[in-house]
Amino acid sequence: MKILVGYKRVVDYNVRIQVKPDGSGVVTDGVKLSANPFDDIALEEALRLREKGVAEEVIVVGIGPANLTAHLRNGLAMGANRAIHVTTEDAVQPLTAARVFLKLIEKEQPGLVILGKQAIDDDANQTGQMLAALWDRPQATFAGKVEIADGKATVTREVDAGLEVIEADLPAVITTDLRLNEPRFIKLPDIMKAKSKPIDVIEFGSLGVEAHDHLKTTHYAAPAKRSKGVMVKDAAELVAALKQKGLL
Amino acid sequence: MSERETMEYDVVVVGAGPAGLSFAIRLKQLKPDVNVCVIEKASTIGAHILSGAVIEPQPLDALLPGWRDNPPPICIPAGEDQFFLLSKTGARKLPLPPGMHNHGNFIVSLGALCAWLAPQAEALGVDVFPGFAAADNIYNEDGSVAGVRIGDMGVAKDGTHKPGYTEGIDIKAKVTVLAEGARGSLTKQLVKRFKLDADSDPQGYSIGIKELWQVPAGRATPGKIVHSFGWPADTRTYGGGFIYHLDGDRIALGYVSGLDYSDPEYKPWEAFQQWKHHPLIKPLLEGGSILSAGARAMATGGFQSLPKVEMPGALLIGDTAGLLNVPKIKGTHQAIKSGMLAAEHVAETLDTRGFDARLRGSDVMAELKKVRNVKPGFKKGLWFGMANAAWETVTGGASPWTLKNKADWSSLHKLGEYDEPERDYVQRTLPPRDRLASVYFAATEHDEDQPIHLHVADTDICATKCVEEYDNPCTRFCPANVYEMVADETQPHGKRLQINSANCVHCKTCDIKDPYEIITWVTPEGGSGPNYQNL
Repeated sequence: MKILVGYKRVVDYNVRIQVKPDGSGVVTDGVKLSANPFDDIALEEALRLREKGVAEEVIVVGIGPANLTAHLRNGLAMGANRAIHVTTEDAVQPLTAARVFLKLIEKEQPGLVILGKQAIDDDANQTGQMLAALWDRPQATFAGKVEIADGKATVTREVDAGLEVIEADLPAVITTDLRLNEPRFIKLPDIMKAKSKPIDVIEFGSLGVEAHDHLKTTHYAAPAKRSKGVMVKDAAELVAALKQKGLL
Repeated sequence: MSERETMEYDVVVVGAGPAGLSFAIRLKQLKPDVNVCVIEKASTIGAHILSGAVIEPQPLDALLPGWRDNPPPICIPAGEDQFFLLSKTGARKLPLPPGMHNHGNFIVSLGALCAWLAPQAEALGVDVFPGFAAADNIYNEDGSVAGVRIGDMGVAKDGTHKPGYTEGIDIKAKVTVLAEGARGSLTKQLVKRFKLDADSDPQGYSIGIKELWQVPAGRATPGKIVHSFGWPADTRTYGGGFIYHLDGDRIALGYVSGLDYSDPEYKPWEAFQQWKHHPLIKPLLEGGSILSAGARAMATGGFQSLPKVEMPGALLIGDTAGLLNVPKIKGTHQAIKSGMLAAEHVAETLDTRGFDARLRGSDVMAELKKVRNVKPGFKKGLWFGMANAAWETVTGGASPWTLKNKADWSSLHKLGEYDEPERDYVQRTLPPRDRLASVYFAATEHDEDQPIHLHVADTDICATKCVEEYDNPCTRFCPANVYEMVADETQPHGKRLQINSANCVHCKTCDIKDPYEIITWVTPEGGSGPNYQNL
């Protein structure tokens, strides 16, 4: 079985996000970029399935500009067998990403697609669900535990009410939640090995995917600064303060 | 236990700063078939480096002749130079000392410059590995340096192995090049082991604390360079500030405190924040916001403190050797030049022997010799220091004498032996409010569940002798509030040391200034530490 893994590059979670002074976006120049943490979890899960003998090949997929290669090499260093780089200079919205994945699925015929439940830049949480619908295959989102046997995936989902266990026939789309696993550290010798692993470069335009944006961003703004708090001595004072504000 | 994995290179470079990257680039230009790798503890190139920075471009011209057509992202030609002596409310404009004319120079972000150099090294075939910390030196049977050991990943605070534990590998090389920056943790061990400082004065250091601000449109004058000394430092403390106007309504500013200060109550971070409130500076910043902040020690001992820079199997280059030119307040050009010189040496010989003589015979050293007496003169106070600096400048360093440097840890006076200077400080209104708020702008990150990377040999001293003698200066000299004395009734003075190692910004000040020499800074897990943006 082949596993296709979405591997998006985002502004690192440690970076303090700054909105450009003109509100047209967030600053990405000189800013550390790294793999979307949920995608690292997706890749780790795929690698574990391969190590268990469930899968033979793990393919990482990135959609983005030419310099995405270094990022995909990290995925290869972590252990993926090969990478597919769909090149585009434009920002890619969830529906477009899902359509790109569908094209790659038609070509690669994977038994499983694992994606992060969301990317920490736009927090859309849509690509996996849209892909399952387009592909007309089952989806198991927010996975906290995955077991594969007899052509079925048994997935424990992290839902608001607790944990939900579902079975999905393969091929299927799984999206990962935070507690699914802890991704491994990359080892130096594996970085060297990754240099000789193949990266297929596919021009976005050649896929025949409609590229228009379905969402329009009007402007970006930083959240309003929290105003200064008041210290209260005891519960009575707190109640009085809340009442004064009309909150009680 | 299985044998530790090993990778072999002809040359391994520790540190992807201007020295290490220039070395690697030059070596590959001269000898494309040499295998060279650069390892860097920051998670991304440039994330741990911090400098003013105004740089002299000549070494870059020599290294990368076409660089001006493809400049680094922040690169503003130097404009007007100004130099001020500050009092609390006033500023007297002084004539520029000759070393501080910046015409033809560029204001850069050293972090952005390194992030721009690294891919150029990679294009030449250099393997650059960010996110890997060189935790130890390794040696051959004959005692020569054999390379470095990468730190283990996934070790818990108590030393046990977490599920993701990954043993660090050994990188073996014919030549190991230390380019760690000031007070490198591996360099420190090598200096001791090979007695590299036997014939030199102790190294001296300063700490620079910097912030990058986004200011309201129209306030910044791109290229403008302002330096100041005087307030808030008292005349016995060496300190000065810089304001560099960038493009995009950004201003880089910082304050440098000599770590040879003697006042046990001195707070370098507070001095910086005070300085920001001078009437010359505050109006520039009001209404703006901080983009990034950090701190880093720099070597200021210069000519007489330069240790031997070669040993069997290894070389020192850049600021870990200590090549910064204090009166010019610049080290980047020296770092690049020493890196190139070392590359030429290694390309010719694939050996370390003879590099020390080569460096000492070069213009890198000639430049340091000229100014060797300027910084030590300030030991006798501001006014003597200025008069001495003028004399040394006029004579071009031709004085027949060389003033001595002392170790910074030894310069701290004990409580009661030092009359506290009158701290003419103001009420602060500009952010950040305190050091914790400042660390937030350094975006520093350490996995909390890892061994503490600040080794204090004997914490009993902290709770007893140090309370009495120095009032725990670590709680003041650290710009990131790593060291804290917390209440503990079982201790003689009712408090004990707590190390908030996750706050550390890797400036190395504690390793330098602690008066008992019991703090040792070692590398935390690779990729930990600050995430500076354009510092």
